[in-house]
Amino acid sequence: MSAIIFFWSVTVAQTALGIAMVLAFARMIRGPRAQDRVLGLDALYSNAMLLMLVFGIGTGNSLYFEISLIMSALGFVATVALAKFLMRGEVIE
Amino acid sequence: MNPVTDLPLWAAWLIAFFLLLGAGLTLIGSFGLFRLPGFYDRIHAPTLGTSWGTAGIVIASVIYFSVTESQLVLHPLLIGVFVTVTTPVTLILLSRAALYRDRAENNPDVPSLQLLENTSQESGSKTDSVTVHESIGTAKE
Repeated sequence: MSAIIFFWSVTVAQTALGIAMVLAFARMIRGPRAQDRVLGLDALYSNAMLLMLVFGIGTGNSLYFEISLIMSALGFVATVALAKFLMRGEVIE
Repeated sequence: MNPVTDLPLWAAWLIAFFLLLGAGLTLIGSFGLFRLPGFYDRIHAPTLGTSWGTAGIVIASVIYFSVTESQLVLHPLLIGVFVTVTTPVTLILLSRAALYRDRAENNPDVPSLQLLENTSQESGSKTDSVTVHESIGTAKE
């Protein structure tokens, strides 16, 4: 019984996060301006990070935790660098 | 996958609840990012996923690893703390950059610097928050 509940909740959560990633990716492709694309990339990163956490719960492997930590750090750096680029036209002045 | 079969029923229900809460809120946030009309509306939506979405999935992860390893595992909370700290920083930087770009091309949808300048001159030269903000804005240019 608990295995069925666990399996289905993990599957539904993974599907929901997958659809969320598709929506963020669509915003990144469609986004009328550059800042919309950067926002879509940021949402895509955070959704992928959450998907990695759910993979970790589903497989019982805590290695996925480190993957998602690295992913969130990379997403932070990427978005800050892109925002700086949009502001000044130069990342490192 | 074997530790799953001897998971207690209460833990399975709790994990399912927090997982579905987190994933559902993240889905709603991304749907808002996809549907909302303007950039300044859209920038609010993904924060649903980075606040309670992350919190729900992190709490589910803490419960799962604490039950299966039969000791308190708190390291997933590190991700929650990191995301909570970094998301406002990135979104403030991104929204300031978007505002700067909109003002640079005189977009009528955002309040222009000109407008703020005129209202502050009419109301005398007292240094309220608007004029301080204004002087910072012009000094940067």
